[in-house]
Amino acid sequence: MNFSFLLVAALTLAGALAAMALRNLVHCVLALVVGFVGLAAIYLQLGAQFVGLAQIFVYAGAVAILAAFVILLTQGVEHRTRPAAAMDWAVGALLACGVFAVLAWAVVRGVAHLPIAAPPSNAGVHAIGDAMLHRFVLPLEVAGLLLTVALIGAVLLAMRDGEAGA
Amino acid sequence: MNPLTGYLLLAALLFSIGLAGVLTRRSAILMLVGMELMLNAANLNLIAFWRYGPNPAAMTGVLFALFSIGVAAAEAAVGLGLLVAVARRVRTTDVDQMDAMRG
Repeated sequence: MNFSFLLVAALTLAGALAAMALRNLVHCVLALVVGFVGLAAIYLQLGAQFVGLAQIFVYAGAVAILAAFVILLTQGVEHRTRPAAAMDWAVGALLACGVFAVLAWAVVRGVAHLPIAAPPSNAGVHAIGDAMLHRFVLPLEVAGLLLTVALIGAVLLAMRDGEAGA
Repeated sequence: MNPLTGYLLLAALLFSIGLAGVLTRRSAILMLVGMELMLNAANLNLIAFWRYGPNPAAMTGVLFALFSIGVAAAEAAVGLGLLVAVARRVRTTDVDQMDAMRG
């Protein structure tokens, strides 16, 4: 449990908390980017460089920008949602605390006596590419198909009626 | 203390924050953001178990996390596209006011 982990974890948690708690939606998305970048740094600490890079590209880049665009695209509509009733807020916070308590109990009880593993010897892009194109080639193709279908579907969904031309 | 504990506790905290956001915020956009946070917590678990698991050379944890990121990206695109279409009809992003089946 070194200092850099604690620092990055605190940054990530602060970003996530701010993303869920701030009032202005654009500020929420900016805080979310902080959280995603912190998580990417944690992936780097864990030795998964490629996942950290993908995290920055996909989440801090694409997903956050997409959310910001949707906030701006729906600018004309009512954003000023009334704050949740105190009862709703209390129930939500209580449920989340309960879930965290159960998860933390399971982690502390279950992980403590696991052996501490040695770091993996080869975790570079070469090994990932090798695994992706040999053992995991079918999931890779399915993921590509899913992304194509989902992105075309998203464009069709967001298009105005009568603009499709078909 | 096993270093895995720290990562798993961080993931549990992230999941709880996302869950609290989904349950308490009324903006549909922020609910999607909270779901992304929960998915990220799951990804962190996958990577942590890969790093400290018994067989890191198989790369299963990393590959699972990468596919999970891809699926989450597809989910975010479709979800936000749906949101744009819904907001255009009902003129709001408040989930409490989206209560009619016919917009």
